[in-house]
Amino acid sequence: MSRGDEAASGGVDLSQFHQVFFDEALEHLGGMEALLLNLDTATADSEELNAIFRAAHSIKGGAATFGFKDITDLTHEMETVFDRVRNNQMALSTDLVNAFLASGDTLKSMLAARRDGGESVSAEAVKALCVRLRAFLEPAAGGSAAAARPVARNVLELVFGPFDKSFSPESVDGIVADLKDFGKVEEIVAAEAKPKGKGKSKSAKAKPVKERRFRIVTEVSESDLTDAITFMADPKRVKVSLVEAAAPAAEAAPAPQPQAGEDKEFGLFVEASSLPANQPASAAEAKADAKVIELKAGAKSGGAQASDATSIRVSVPKVDQLINLVGELVITQAMLAQTASKSDPVLYEALFNGLATLQRNTRDLQEAAMSIRMMPMSFAFSRFPRVVRDVAAKLGKEVDLHTIGEGTELDKGLIERIVDPLTHLVRNSLDHGLESPEERVAKGKVRKGTITLRAYHQGGAIVIEVSDDGRGLRRDKILSKAKERGMAVSDSMTDQEIWSLIFEAGFSTADVVTDVSGRGVGMDVVRRNIQEMGGRVEIESTADVGTRISIKLPLTLAILDGMSVRVGREIFIIPLGYISESLQPKAEAMSTIAGKGNVVSVRGDYLPVVSLADIVGIEGDVQNYQQGILVILESEGGKTALFVDDLVGQHQVVIKSLESNYRKVAGVSGATIMGDGRVAMILDVAHVVGLTHSRFPKAA
Amino acid sequence: MMLQQNEAKAAAPAGVAAGQANEFLTFRLGTEEYGIEILKVQEIRSYETPTTIANSPSFIKGVVNLRGTIVPIVDMRIKFNVGSAEYNAFTVVIILNVAGRVVGMVVDSVSDVITLAGEQIRPSPDFSASFDTQYITGLGTVEQRMLILIDIEKLMMSADMALVDGAVH
Amino acid sequence: MAKTVLTVDDSASIRQMVSFTLKGAGYSVIEAGDGVEGLEKAKASSVNLVLTDHNMPKMDGITLTRTLRGLTQYASVPILVLTTESSDEMKAKGKAAGATGWMVKPFDPTKLLNIVKKVIG
Repeated sequence: MSRGDEAASGGVDLSQFHQVFFDEALEHLGGMEALLLNLDTATADSEELNAIFRAAHSIKGGAATFGFKDITDLTHEMETVFDRVRNNQMALSTDLVNAFLASGDTLKSMLAARRDGGESVSAEAVKALCVRLRAFLEPAAGGSAAAARPVARNVLELVFGPFDKSFSPESVDGIVADLKDFGKVEEIVAAEAKPKGKGKSKSAKAKPVKERRFRIVTEVSESDLTDAITFMADPKRVKVSLVEAAAPAAEAAPAPQPQAGEDKEFGLFVEASSLPANQPASAAEAKADAKVIELKAGAKSGGAQASDATSIRVSVPKVDQLINLVGELVITQAMLAQTASKSDPVLYEALFNGLATLQRNTRDLQEAAMSIRMMPMSFAFSRFPRVVRDVAAKLGKEVDLHTIGEGTELDKGLIERIVDPLTHLVRNSLDHGLESPEERVAKGKVRKGTITLRAYHQGGAIVIEVSDDGRGLRRDKILSKAKERGMAVSDSMTDQEIWSLIFEAGFSTADVVTDVSGRGVGMDVVRRNIQEMGGRVEIESTADVGTRISIKLPLTLAILDGMSVRVGREIFIIPLGYISESLQPKAEAMSTIAGKGNVVSVRGDYLPVVSLADIVGIEGDVQNYQQGILVILESEGGKTALFVDDLVGQHQVVIKSLESNYRKVAGVSGATIMGDGRVAMILDVAHVVGLTHSRFPKAA
Repeated sequence: MMLQQNEAKAAAPAGVAAGQANEFLTFRLGTEEYGIEILKVQEIRSYETPTTIANSPSFIKGVVNLRGTIVPIVDMRIKFNVGSAEYNAFTVVIILNVAGRVVGMVVDSVSDVITLAGEQIRPSPDFSASFDTQYITGLGTVEQRMLILIDIEKLMMSADMALVDGAVH
Repeated sequence: MAKTVLTVDDSASIRQMVSFTLKGAGYSVIEAGDGVEGLEKAKASSVNLVLTDHNMPKMDGITLTRTLRGLTQYASVPILVLTTESSDEMKAKGKAAGATGWMVKPFDPTKLLNIVKKVIG
């Protein structure tokens, strides 16, 4: 059974199923890891143990079928060990859980290597793991009722008889019952008896029973068994003989290659003549109606099992294409609405009604299409129990991880991109935020630190928080570090502004650079990643109480709620999330700072003013501030007032890529197609705000 | 409004196979006539005012919506300083498909589609025409006309045109 | 009319392989990912052969076999349980539950076809 060897596989190319196997094996591993991390070694739930066993067993089955010997070998060891555990023949220990976690990691690497063609795990490493797992089997005592696979077994035949008044056939039952301690006992019925239905009929008919024959499969030797029986029965009435000696089971072949003869791969409990294949008039009881009943989807926790009858796998490009087409539909519908708006609504009432319905239908379709790509946050959160466990152990800290709102949904593309920033933030909390157990106790805190991951919806966005109850951010430390680096800071800066400093590249107040974090290359990348996703980051912190970092993201990458504004003949779209308000300034509110530019006073705050016409290099219609509109923008760089000619309206727009045929343009985050078919640019607010604030550094 | 592409009038002598690789779309820029491989041409449209792109070079007019795709429009007359860049009912935009990107270029007018046989194409002498000779693949002669044959893909993707990231301008 | 095989296995890749192989040989195939689903689908259709793995969530293969045998419709439809080569215990359990026979895991398409043919033709 070699991979891709079509002749041996009956003309079927098995490699077409490999991808599905890799996917489901990785899912099994994910589920297994989640279960292992949740296991309480003292009081483990038997259903959880069974699930872990099944995961290993399932992967082994697939690996063996598709010819992945290394994976089969390792999963076989895991399966053997865990079979013992689930049958209560072996105690669960932290060491065992760790060994399994390590094996799971190795399997992930092996599967990934097979799937992507990279370097797989070395044979030595795999062997070392197998040895480590096998070590748990060592203290295994002799046989018990459950069949432990890799143990030597003998097949012995026992003949009881002859029977007479002093030794009845029935009394043998009692003896056989005791023998069950040694292994599996089966009676051999005489060949003449025709088995109707099931075999094993022990009821004697008119004929007196001469002898009773039994077969026992046991780890005990022939002599030991004989000794045992002499206690139970008259040795003259029992004959013990060896039928099959134990095969050395050291290489209990995990991936058996059955040699010649189909009998090794297949066997029947019934006569071959009774098989439908051999019956000319095979009467299959046909059931007229072939309705398939839909199963209700079973409740699943974070670690999903591979099979779910009520879902299908769809490739991501297909989903993306569907969403693109729906986006096109939204644009077309908008264009229709625009065209129709020029007509008389009374005269064309039916048309307008139809268009209104079309708009509703399109919005619904859009939501439904978007929701296909939505996945629960658990996909992002699921790896953290492991990360926290490993890193905390490495750092000698004791940490509890809480997750809230795992079911909160987010677009698949964003989930994938949020994982790295989240990981960095969690590591930071573990490394710098949380104190050591001793330090915590000295401060009067609980010994175990807590990290909380929380996700929830807020308006049209999703908020993801990483918080800890550690030492919090140190204002003084950050300020002095900033001054050290020559950054323009002042003691009068607000807490928020000081916390934002840690996002600057190369900034780290870590005293010691650990290999977990501290090199200062992280936070700026985190913020940039989040901004590129159209989101923003906020920090709250109190000394010795803790820190909370909030990430706010749009629900989806493709659609934007925006405000359209006009400068000259051009329309620009500003993402609504960044707009805090818009106003028409009074003359008294505007003033100029020599050499820097204009500012506007809004409720006591002075905000820098920038003209959109200047940014994009075109002529605006309105020169006088009081006749135009100031749109107040807010991003984590601060607040800025953007001067435009006019506000046009609020729209939901489909984001189109500028870069697929052109390139990235500074100040523009994308483009969209308006109702009249024309292209409008979407403003990159973070960039605009950044521009003005570099003009107005924070020095007092 | 879209102009129809003219069918090729085989100017070559009989017996020469008209493979598409030898088919050229010819167009005018100023006083000169140019030819580009027909395979790179997606369609021909009339000019519509593009949406300007902030702080872009003057020869990049902006972007337009081509059935849902955002396509940049380059005015070759401005870029190579030929003729006068007028925009009227006859102004034509050739939509190109080069290196996986869709790009439009404004020209004065489109002439026709021509098949050139091997012997009708001569290497170009080293005079400096409107633009760098590295983009000129040869000179074609058809009856009295001289066509300057251009590698349009190479030209569009060059740093010079500032259409591609990493471009320096 | 094509003969129908019900394959019950919690591994999608194995089910797909079985399905592809048997369909290619002209059989009709129904898939189920666990014992409960297997039971539902068996009741809802007319199946000529049941191939079932043992270790599955919700209901294992042996229990499925026993349950099917309790239905009139499946009193004598061939049921093969999948076992690993060395498990006599599984074979015994299968027999006790009423299985028609057993098949060794892992198997490849050729052997699968041979066995299915032997049992239902």
